[in-house]
Amino acid sequence: MADQQIQTHSISNGLTLIVEPMADVQSAAFSLLVPAGSNYDPPGQAGAAALLCDWIMRGAGKRDSRQLSNELDNLGVQRNEGVGNSHISFTGATLAESLPQTLRLYADIVQSPHLPPDQFEAALAGVEQNLQAIEDEPRQKVMIELRRRCYESPWGIPSEGTLEGVERLTPEVVRKHFETCAGPHDAILGIAGKVDIQASIDLVEELFGGWKPKPVPAFATGPRGPARDHIPHESTQTQIGIAYDSIPYRDADYYAAWAAVSILSGGMSSRLFTEVREKRGLCYSVFASLNSLRDQGKVLCYAGTTVERAQETLDVTLQELIRLGQGISEDELDRCKARAKSSLIMQQESSSSRASSNARDWYHLGRVTSLDEVRHKIESLTVRSLLEHIARFPAKNFTVLTLGPEPLEVHLAVS
Amino acid sequence: MQFHEARLANGLQIVAEQSPGVHSVAVGFFVRTGSRDETDEVAGVSHFLEHMIFKGTARHSADDVNRVFDEVGAKYNASTSEEVTLFYAAVLPEYLPKSFDLLADIIRPSLRQEDFDMEKKVILEEIGMYDDQPTYTAYENLMQAHFAGHALGRSVLGTNESIGALTCQQMRAYHQSRYASGNIVLAVAGKFEWSELLALAEKSCAAWPAGGGPRSTSEARPSGGLKQVTKSNSMLQHVMHMAPAPPSSSPLRYAADLLTVIVGDDSGSRLFWELVDPGLAETAELGYNEFDGSGAYMGYFSCPPDESRSNVDRIRAIYEDVNRNGVTEVELAQAKSKVASRVVLRSERPMGRLSSLGHNWVNRNEYHRVEDDLTILRKITLADIRSLIEEYPLTQLTTSTVGPLESLGG
Repeated sequence: MADQQIQTHSISNGLTLIVEPMADVQSAAFSLLVPAGSNYDPPGQAGAAALLCDWIMRGAGKRDSRQLSNELDNLGVQRNEGVGNSHISFTGATLAESLPQTLRLYADIVQSPHLPPDQFEAALAGVEQNLQAIEDEPRQKVMIELRRRCYESPWGIPSEGTLEGVERLTPEVVRKHFETCAGPHDAILGIAGKVDIQASIDLVEELFGGWKPKPVPAFATGPRGPARDHIPHESTQTQIGIAYDSIPYRDADYYAAWAAVSILSGGMSSRLFTEVREKRGLCYSVFASLNSLRDQGKVLCYAGTTVERAQETLDVTLQELIRLGQGISEDELDRCKARAKSSLIMQQESSSSRASSNARDWYHLGRVTSLDEVRHKIESLTVRSLLEHIARFPAKNFTVLTLGPEPLEVHLAVS
Repeated sequence: MQFHEARLANGLQIVAEQSPGVHSVAVGFFVRTGSRDETDEVAGVSHFLEHMIFKGTARHSADDVNRVFDEVGAKYNASTSEEVTLFYAAVLPEYLPKSFDLLADIIRPSLRQEDFDMEKKVILEEIGMYDDQPTYTAYENLMQAHFAGHALGRSVLGTNESIGALTCQQMRAYHQSRYASGNIVLAVAGKFEWSELLALAEKSCAAWPAGGGPRSTSEARPSGGLKQVTKSNSMLQHVMHMAPAPPSSSPLRYAADLLTVIVGDDSGSRLFWELVDPGLAETAELGYNEFDGSGAYMGYFSCPPDESRSNVDRIRAIYEDVNRNGVTEVELAQAKSKVASRVVLRSERPMGRLSSLGHNWVNRNEYHRVEDDLTILRKITLADIRSLIEEYPLTQLTTSTVGPLESLGG
């Protein structure tokens, strides 16, 4: 694989910078992770991080909300803000020459946002309506609710907030969330594209070097929801969510876990697509994915199907999850490796993918894996190593959630 | 970047752009057919056929198709719109011959009865899935109402009834007439050798039947209207509207792109500042859909039901202001920056170039380098925007809504 140059640099206040120059692109991208995610939402006030994520963009440094937005647009920044369990993420990509000025604006956004009191209500309305929009999208809703039932709190609490939680938010609560959490400790900045390493380090030192460190805040943990549940909903289809234990990205065995899920659901020749959709025509959409928090991981599965066929869909899907432990063919593993290889190589065509992937690596591992290293790990997988992983983390102790007109039964005595 | 073009004896057109410095190659067959080319009897057949293409040929079983694509690590899929059915795969260059052989082979599928019966269930599930999504229902109803009596008003998915009644024989006949070589453009972008590609195309596609069915592209003359669906368990009111905009062949399309970015981009636009920023709507956007012969502006917003009526009025005020006073130099410059950056970023991956290359050729028989698009973009003036607005003003001519309200009122 092409030689990859990745440089990490730690700023004394805790922020880690990861720079990856890319020879063949004109763009530059960044991914800035600020440790103010929803895990730190005060109990009963889920949505503080989500609200901050909106409010924080409404003016910073010398610029009010409109000036900030206009300047980002003039720089051609394609941007996004999002809330996860651990971090609020700010990502963007633009032409390489515009990156320094873009980072200047983001340095202001995370260090000196205005959080204007007169715009709190507007931001609150935005967060609330986003939650209502999710209520109107049953596919999204079922997976968010599945996480609540398979992860303990706060990891299972929706990062988007909850309708009850946001009702209790005040400007003081959200400002406090910013003040206690949004600091350089555990902050990560990934930069990739047509950039120079030393110039990037100098710039980031200048822009973020003065960001005052804060103590790492703690959060309380609590129980998860019921392992079997049904949410009544008038709809044409029944939505099915299934979860079971796996391992996180930082686990030495991660790629075996990843490959196992890929055999279930990566590509159209995978087990779930073939057995549930192609052979039986039970649904349009069915998938499984490996969801990794820092210290725990789960396999999350989804299927959506009309009410009359929902029971069969659930039965067949569970059966396929369990059957994986009974055997995997060499061909299946080879296909999984081929897909991984092509994904890794194609990542080199996207500055956004590289910036985000490097920042994510640092969060999970405290280091960055090169594409070559990942490829090597994937190539050394064997059917045996996959089966050994599955023996350690078999598909059992399922969390099953359905959303639709009728509840379903979980039949585990399937052969 | 180097551009190549060829036409096989049967009429199949080939356009290809070689890019130095990328790691993959993307291949797409753009078939000039979609729901607008259907009749009532076969409503939804284009999309159903798109699924059936993956069910294989005499040489490849359905399992083979998915297996071989996965063996080479291809990123592959297909899509069906009102006017184009697209089949594509992005692969590492060493797998181009194998992937090309497969992709070209499946364009002429066996259409076996048992596969047809099984896949029909999947299509009905897909219809069921969209049925639960208010935005999709609103879009379907909007297209039907806006293009009432015109071919563009036909649903891509079809209905439970039309799909239920469709026969495999009807699908075979449709395939035979619409998948003739003259209706197909092969587009390729990324890392490949032109002579090798041409040889692959000759080998796999030269025997395809010639011809190409005509398509009526008369400009629609929508009379507008309001279509309301009450969905009591919906939390938000979803409202979409349409108005005539330049067709895909019109030189005004660049101005239309910029105008919709100024007025209705998802951030920093007039709709954003008036509706989304103050918390009056969850989303408010305006886009430009370029169809063959008849373009459309399409706006969408979702909001708490009791804000719907006032939001319709707010949008009307914004549109009237734009129609009367135009936009500002500052707004135009900002929209150009946004669009230029999108064009460049999208072009960095072969899949991004494939889409632009193929659609440009299908719609207009024209090739634009990224730099050509940027040059044209830079030259758009306020006068161009004014000419656009004179011919195609912004309105909410046809409206479709889904949500708890019995009526949008007014």
